[in-house]
Amino acid sequence: MVSRKHLPWIVFMALLTLPIVLLYALLFAQSVSEEVVGILPVNLTLSNWEFLKDGNIRVPGTTTQYYPNVYSVTLNTLALALTVAFLELVFSSLAGYAISRYKFRGRSAFLALALVLHSFPGITLLIALFYILNVMGLYDTLLGVIIIKVALDMPLDIWIMKGFFDGVSWDMEMSALVDGCSRLQAWWKVVMPNVRNGLMTVLIFGFLSGWSEFIYILTFISSQDYWTFSMLVYALTTGEYSYINPGVTSAVAIIYMIPVILFFLFAQQYLLRIQIAGKGVT
Amino acid sequence: MDYSFQWNWVGLQNYAQMLSDPIAGKVFNNTLLYVFSTLTFFNVGAALVISLITVHIPERVGQGYRALWLLPRITPSTVYALLWLWAVRQDPTALFNWILGFFGMEPVNWLHKHPWPIVILVNGFVGASFGMIIFTAALKSIPADYIRAARVDGASTFQIIRHIELPLIKWPLMFVTAYQTLSLLTSYEYILLVTNGGPGYYTTEVWALYSYHLAFAQYGGIVKFGYGAALATVLVILGLVLSIVYWRVFRLKELMIEPKIEV
Repeated sequence: MVSRKHLPWIVFMALLTLPIVLLYALLFAQSVSEEVVGILPVNLTLSNWEFLKDGNIRVPGTTTQYYPNVYSVTLNTLALALTVAFLELVFSSLAGYAISRYKFRGRSAFLALALVLHSFPGITLLIALFYILNVMGLYDTLLGVIIIKVALDMPLDIWIMKGFFDGVSWDMEMSALVDGCSRLQAWWKVVMPNVRNGLMTVLIFGFLSGWSEFIYILTFISSQDYWTFSMLVYALTTGEYSYINPGVTSAVAIIYMIPVILFFLFAQQYLLRIQIAGKGVT
Repeated sequence: MDYSFQWNWVGLQNYAQMLSDPIAGKVFNNTLLYVFSTLTFFNVGAALVISLITVHIPERVGQGYRALWLLPRITPSTVYALLWLWAVRQDPTALFNWILGFFGMEPVNWLHKHPWPIVILVNGFVGASFGMIIFTAALKSIPADYIRAARVDGASTFQIIRHIELPLIKWPLMFVTAYQTLSLLTSYEYILLVTNGGPGYYTTEVWALYSYHLAFAQYGGIVKFGYGAALATVLVILGLVLSIVYWRVFRLKELMIEPKIEV
């Protein structure tokens, strides 16, 4: 029961948290109405969602397509997010295992380097990356962005997986080896099922990191064919026609938010773990 | 170097330019203001307040509040910035001005009149969650005996916070402060999205954003990769120094003990 002693603090927290709630209420209200006063919708309508029919966002008064098709943008974003998540999963589960279980020269140095690289600001690499992508012919390709994302997320992923592998008891693995498993079989059949939570964490982190990526898309992608949701929302917000229809923009933003909301509702434990592992962007 | 990718050796010219660049001076001051205020009010301040309150109220309610504070961080940056841009628009129906209207106040063009508070709010609501999670974990790991013993001795909740809980989470407090200082120094994404350094003449431009603009968004085709990279290098050096400090102060080495059994 909520006692009288706690009530003032609960109310205080409600006030402190109110701006967050209002912001998301605004997003929702905007998407189902013609106009919004504060957070109150005026004239409810579903016309903001009409672009879902063929994926084309129309600017009133013109037939020119200023924005790429929403469905191709969805595919791009999904391709980016899934590839990033999958590659990070494969690399970090192998690297994390090796670092957790093997003693080799340079192990500490490698771990230390990973930690330093993780706290390294992405901005410092942008200019060098721009040069490298151009030389390699990967500028304006999703592959270029995928490689960068995976490379920059790896230090954190390796640390997360190392932590989980450290927690698997050595005895269990030893008995698998005694029973005749090879090292790789023991890893796959005995150890991996025991770090399922770690794998989920890395997978979700990788997916969200690819799904939300904005700066690298803005900087390294120039043609609309490779736009992802972040770029589309950015263009709808700041572009020439941004004042015309905030309702459509909010509908696109809500579609963009769907996976985030799903993870928020059903996988919060993993999200918390990602934060503790120290993503701390701002 | 510019878009033609011709390498010309210029020695330390780019660094010398930094010292005489009046914009760099302004940007430097902006960065200090930005990092200090966001850190004090949100990344450490609000984070501490939220975690202290939510661990002392019933757990389910506290958990709900903490979940809500996590939401801005996992929202894609472009959507989150978009929400703020709508909320602070200048017309009277926008969220901020609408609320002001209840108190009979005139609508304000927030991004032009008060760009800094908005920039700090936007970043702060994202930034608070990191400290909140760390502090909550630390507070929950305090043995219940300490608190119970203090209660038996007649301590009030405030006395418990002041004399037991705060001293016991000293290390997490320092860690969050140090870590978030570096994160804030190098962050620019939300500022780019909300004010893009404006309004006017580099009003809210911070160090990292200035570096970005020099390299990727100069108007008139004058691209200064070299100078931008020099500015970024300053951040690299700062990052290295701070990393060494964490290393020494927070004994991260203990995380790296060799595996005990080896094949």
